[in-house]
Amino acid sequence: MPSPENKVATDNPGSDISLEIHDLTVAYHKKPVLWGIDLVVPRGKLVGIVGPNGAGKSTLIKAAMGLLPISSGWVKVFGEPVKKNLTRIGYVPQRESVDWDFPVSVMDVVLMGRYGHLGLLRRPSKQDRDIARECLDKVKMLPYANRQISNLSGGQQQRVFLARALAQESDLYFMDEPFAGVDAATEAAIVELLHELKSRGKTLMVVHHDLPTARRYFDSLLLLNMRVVAFGPTDQVFTHDLLQSTYGGRLTILSEVAEAVRAKE
Amino acid sequence: MELEKHMGGTRNRQTMTANLGAHAMRAERAPLSHVFSLLSLLLCLLCPSSGHAARIGDLVETDLAEQALRFFTFQDPAVRYALLGSMLLGITCGLLGGFIVVRKMALVGDALSHAVLPGVALGFLWNMSKDPVAIFVGAVLAGLLGAAAVHLIKHTTRLKEDTALGLVLASFFAVGICLVTMIQRLPNGNKSGIDKFLFGQAAAIGEGDVKLMLVATGLAVLMILLFYKEFLVTSFDAGFARSVGFPVQAIHYGLMLLLAFAVVIALQAVGVVLVSAMLITPAAAAYLLTDRMHRLLALAALFGLCAGALGAFLSFLRPNLPTGPLMVLAATAVFVLAFLFGPRHGVVARWWRRRSGAARIQRENTLKAVYHVLEAREFKGEGVSLRELAERRRETVEDARQQAVELRRHDFATLQQDGNAIYLTPEGWQRACAIVRNHRLWELYLTNAAHIAADHVHEDAEKIEHVLGEEVVRLIEKRLNYATHDPHGRAIPGLADLRRGEAPASPLPGATGYGRST
Ligand SMILES: Nc1ncnc2c1ncn2[C@@H]1O[C@H](COP(=O)(O)OP(=O)(O)O)[C@@H](O)[C@H]1O
Ligand SMILES: [Mg+2]
Repeated sequence: MPSPENKVATDNPGSDISLEIHDLTVAYHKKPVLWGIDLVVPRGKLVGIVGPNGAGKSTLIKAAMGLLPISSGWVKVFGEPVKKNLTRIGYVPQRESVDWDFPVSVMDVVLMGRYGHLGLLRRPSKQDRDIARECLDKVKMLPYANRQISNLSGGQQQRVFLARALAQESDLYFMDEPFAGVDAATEAAIVELLHELKSRGKTLMVVHHDLPTARRYFDSLLLLNMRVVAFGPTDQVFTHDLLQSTYGGRLTILSEVAEAVRAKE
Repeated sequence: MELEKHMGGTRNRQTMTANLGAHAMRAERAPLSHVFSLLSLLLCLLCPSSGHAARIGDLVETDLAEQALRFFTFQDPAVRYALLGSMLLGITCGLLGGFIVVRKMALVGDALSHAVLPGVALGFLWNMSKDPVAIFVGAVLAGLLGAAAVHLIKHTTRLKEDTALGLVLASFFAVGICLVTMIQRLPNGNKSGIDKFLFGQAAAIGEGDVKLMLVATGLAVLMILLFYKEFLVTSFDAGFARSVGFPVQAIHYGLMLLLAFAVVIALQAVGVVLVSAMLITPAAAAYLLTDRMHRLLALAALFGLCAGALGAFLSFLRPNLPTGPLMVLAATAVFVLAFLFGPRHGVVARWWRRRSGAARIQRENTLKAVYHVLEAREFKGEGVSLRELAERRRETVEDARQQAVELRRHDFATLQQDGNAIYLTPEGWQRACAIVRNHRLWELYLTNAAHIAADHVHEDAEKIEHVLGEEVVRLIEKRLNYATHDPHGRAIPGLADLRRGEAPASPLPGATGYGRST
């Protein structure tokens, strides 16, 4: 799926490309979920990943970070295999993916953002704590530093996850539905934060489920439904036809084949 | 073996064998009669005097006090080993249990502890003795085999983890019971003490066992200290841990290995059947008491230690008492205490909070009534008579007096004119204003912002007024453009009234407000 943005990106020198995915296929129990994904994301882009439920959005960012086994293809981050550049990657998982009754404080969670830099065995230092505190302050959660995480509202929980990602001090961020279930004030704060990170040259890949706001929040969109339907500047990609083929009710041939593959198992 | 001799040499042992006779012999074989003899012995244990106990079953003559003394002098090496071993296993089980509980793996602990039994039996068969090392190795291997079987079933079939755990637990345990029964049929088999692995016998812990327990406990403590950060992040958010490059799977297996160690060193004293309770119960009690992982671990280890020591002590009071159930009962007692009296999540604390919450609401309603009376006479005059208050609240004067006393107790009011009139203190006035303000602001908010009819909002405001925080109130005020009157046209007490801690300016000369006067 060559798109205008793709061409521009490949023309640039390698160092300006933060994420490059080539012919990526991911399958759960031999049932393909993503097929032949090609993607080149230049540095400093704020990319919204949109698509219907089960389109493989979460799968895409997990596979890009090397959290899932991939069936074929490869992923490069800043020109190198992901494993070599893990400290340059930040991750905000889906909020429901953890148990919010877990006995840790807000500060404990944000400190986890430093673990990648610490590696195994080393303890967080005073400096790590200072960084964590700054990040908490940035999302206006510093007063809650010593609270247990179960006493937080949905929006506050999301801010804690963002603070943890900030503490990772990365260059490429993957965020899975950071706007899900948050209040309006938090949503505005997150948008502001995303734009600030972008202006500092960070690349952000943000899974988003709400189409109307996707148009306003992101300067690039990745329309995803098992494959890349389109990727490019929002105003070029946010068209009726492209959205129709992303969200269209009809099964595409690809997913029909996928069904057939599964039936054979 | 040496230990058995030790025990057998004491007078108690002889008395018991003589008296229990055939009963004890049967107890050696069938678990059911084992349970039965446990019950009868427990009964004796609970009886206050030994004379009484003698009457019930004529079972034991030993003096409880004498036996307790023997325990606490620590002269007897058997006592020392039993106590030390029980405390060590309590610590290890508590620590590992902490992680088991927060990872929601309680069933895994249960399955693992049942799966080790065949390994114990095979370890025994290795050279027909209770060689601690052989049994340890056999048990750990069987545990790991069980874990692998669960993994295999989960990943090659459509069965889910709980079913796989149930399958492995039952089948391994069945194999183990068969092997144990077989060993007991062998010549010398019934003297082997292998059956003690079912319900546990702290007295059977020997020097070799204690050494092994020390090593295992030391290893567990060291690993948790070293890898605390890794265990924490992989337990809380495995996906994130993997994204920063932690070997999540390896850390998980490491934890499972430590768990197997904990189970195996606890076997001798607690028994296969109940070992998982020593993992879960102390940690569950700790979970109720704290919401920080490191404190949870420390508490769980402490509770495990106490339960272990207490169980060992109780089982020493009578010969041949199984230790496992007593330890688990001790741990359960701790859990029940935490459940009832935990400062934050405990039943009593919650009940108390609800009760004091209700009392607070009652006080605030009284203050509001005083305000309404004052408002009705346009804040002329200072005191409110109990009769006025009672009329306003549609109650008897006696009720009003009770509430007035309650207000005085909290320094919200003073009583004057022989206790027949109530005067608000500055704090009382402030609180009264705040409640009325909350009520009227909320009513206005509901009618203005939520477009609810004015006659529908009172009931709701009656509840909300007591829970609105200052921050929310400010927000509502702002949203309402600092409106001054509620939907029914009454004035909303403003921040100024509240701050002053006095009555609004009164038209009457000499009325200076509601300062505390004596
Ligand atoms: N752990 C898993 N095992 C099996 N199937 C999965 C798993 N996770 C996701 N899937 C399937 O993969 C597809 C894509 O899932 P996901 O990436 O979570 O979609 P999205 O995030 O776009 O809603 C869905 O059909 C889902 O059912
Ligand atoms: Mg998803």
